[in-house]
Amino acid sequence: MNDQVQFYGETITSRLLLGTAQYPSPSILSDAIKASGSDLVTVSLRRESTGGKNGRAFWELIKALNVRVLPNTAGCHSVKEAVTTAEMARDVFDTDWIKLEVIGHADTLQPDVFGLVEAARELVSQGFKVFPYTTDDLVVGEKLLSVGCEVLMPWGAPIGSGKGLNNVFALKTMRAHFPKIPLVVDAGIGLPSHATAALEMGYDAVLLNTAVAKAGDPVKMAEAFARAVDAGRLSYHAGAMEARDMAVPSTPVLGLAFSES
Amino acid sequence: MTKTIAIVGSGVMGLTTAHALALRGQSVTVYEQRAQSGQGCSWWAGGMLALWCEMESAEPLIGELGLESLSYWRTHFPNVINKGSLVVAPPRDTPDLKRFAARTSQFEWIARERIAALEPDLAERFETALYFGEEAHLDPRQALAFLRKTLETDFKVQFHMQTAIAPEAIASDHVLDCRGYEARDVLPDLRGVKGEMLILRTKEITLARPVRLLHPRIPVYIVPRDDHHFMVGATMIESSDQSRISARSMVELLNAAYALHPAFGEAEILETGTDVRPAFPDNLPRIRRDGKILRLNGLYRHGYLGAPAIARRAAEIIVEGKIFPEVER
Repeated sequence: MNDQVQFYGETITSRLLLGTAQYPSPSILSDAIKASGSDLVTVSLRRESTGGKNGRAFWELIKALNVRVLPNTAGCHSVKEAVTTAEMARDVFDTDWIKLEVIGHADTLQPDVFGLVEAARELVSQGFKVFPYTTDDLVVGEKLLSVGCEVLMPWGAPIGSGKGLNNVFALKTMRAHFPKIPLVVDAGIGLPSHATAALEMGYDAVLLNTAVAKAGDPVKMAEAFARAVDAGRLSYHAGAMEARDMAVPSTPVLGLAFSES
Repeated sequence: MTKTIAIVGSGVMGLTTAHALALRGQSVTVYEQRAQSGQGCSWWAGGMLALWCEMESAEPLIGELGLESLSYWRTHFPNVINKGSLVVAPPRDTPDLKRFAARTSQFEWIARERIAALEPDLAERFETALYFGEEAHLDPRQALAFLRKTLETDFKVQFHMQTAIAPEAIASDHVLDCRGYEARDVLPDLRGVKGEMLILRTKEITLARPVRLLHPRIPVYIVPRDDHHFMVGATMIESSDQSRISARSMVELLNAAYALHPAFGEAEILETGTDVRPAFPDNLPRIRRDGKILRLNGLYRHGYLGAPAIARRAAEIIVEGKIFPEVER
């Protein structure tokens, strides 16, 4: 089955995208990424290092994993900060892919969707391939596509909350509204079952960090997520049954050979 | 014939190693590039001997080394403060407290009354807390000054200060490289993890023991010291940048102190500090053999919790020819 996801024309094998922050050690991070099967990981330039070349030792460890790196602008609160961070990321990681976060509210880490569209427009004009972290708002999604984004990453719930898919209705609507655009649920996923649910409703991938990094055993949890994502995708292809209100016996009663004695 | 032994570096790793060798009757010479001992990242440490708390994210080896080191400090340094430590979280971050409890041991869940009895100034501020009664803390600067004096007066250890010398250039029978992050040229898998801290002074609040404030982004601890001083630390940033504290880190550390008690809002900021913790990829310390040189490094955030136990092993390698597979990697 040819079932690989493509971002900006490039094929990614795994539908599980992992963040690299908050692990107990780089060794555990490395083992978790291997166990997850993920071949696209996000790296924060701002939160995890103070910029420049000073974080090189950590970045070299990530590069050594032979996975594709998606740098992000986590922790940026303005368009200017986000654009500057993206430019720095391009230099450090030698990639024009950027996960764009413009945070609007320090307490909930909700995206500033106005700044997001503005920053996306600027970055696309500079040749970046932008992966915007956005809300589940359809109009914002359309604006992002209109300025040149070719993938959308709506939140499931606030960053780090582990609340799962908070608004299933909105996420389903988004999937239906953008049938051809790669959609990734980014943020809020706490359990493998949340990831399965996202893939079951046709999302192309999930991106998560805390759920693995802060698990009691991050390596085991990474493997759990790998299986969850596979299960969700397989279920999507299998075509799920429709739920109904009444019981339906799974064994027919009529015509049973020995139903009367 | 007695062996000649040189130690390069006199932070907590170098001094505890000198002590471990001196206790075994060895004659030791210490080389230090700075004018004083313990002025590298040992100077900025919290000094918490909090091995059970550390198990929240550290590997079991740290617990093992920590237990030995705790006993070392209690035996050899008279000013260890044995009052345990406290872990609290703001009401909205209670899940973090539950997570911390699930991953650690040797603590009690305590409620308002007990919190008030242990730390009267924190009364009414937190509903629940974790009390790690077996833990202890010390003032790192006092501890290193004491150790240095003991080594000079009781053991006649020779110190050559302001002497930058490469371990490879020393002719002694054994050389112990205790330079921390300075040794990165010969330890290619060593990286720096930046830490930033503050020292505040206020008479408006008194704490008897270190308090950790859990927060999803920046877990912060506050360690009380003499004369109404409080050490507030520490950031953990994957960077070898050794410049000054960033405005963001300063704001986050101060916010945490303020959240613990608003009286910290009136405190004086006496010092800010930044340095780089030496760490290997698994964040565990190592003893690396390199000819006649032993490189003791990678203490990460467990300097005072790890150094005495690593030092004892290094001394036994040299004096008794022992092997310690758990740290010789």
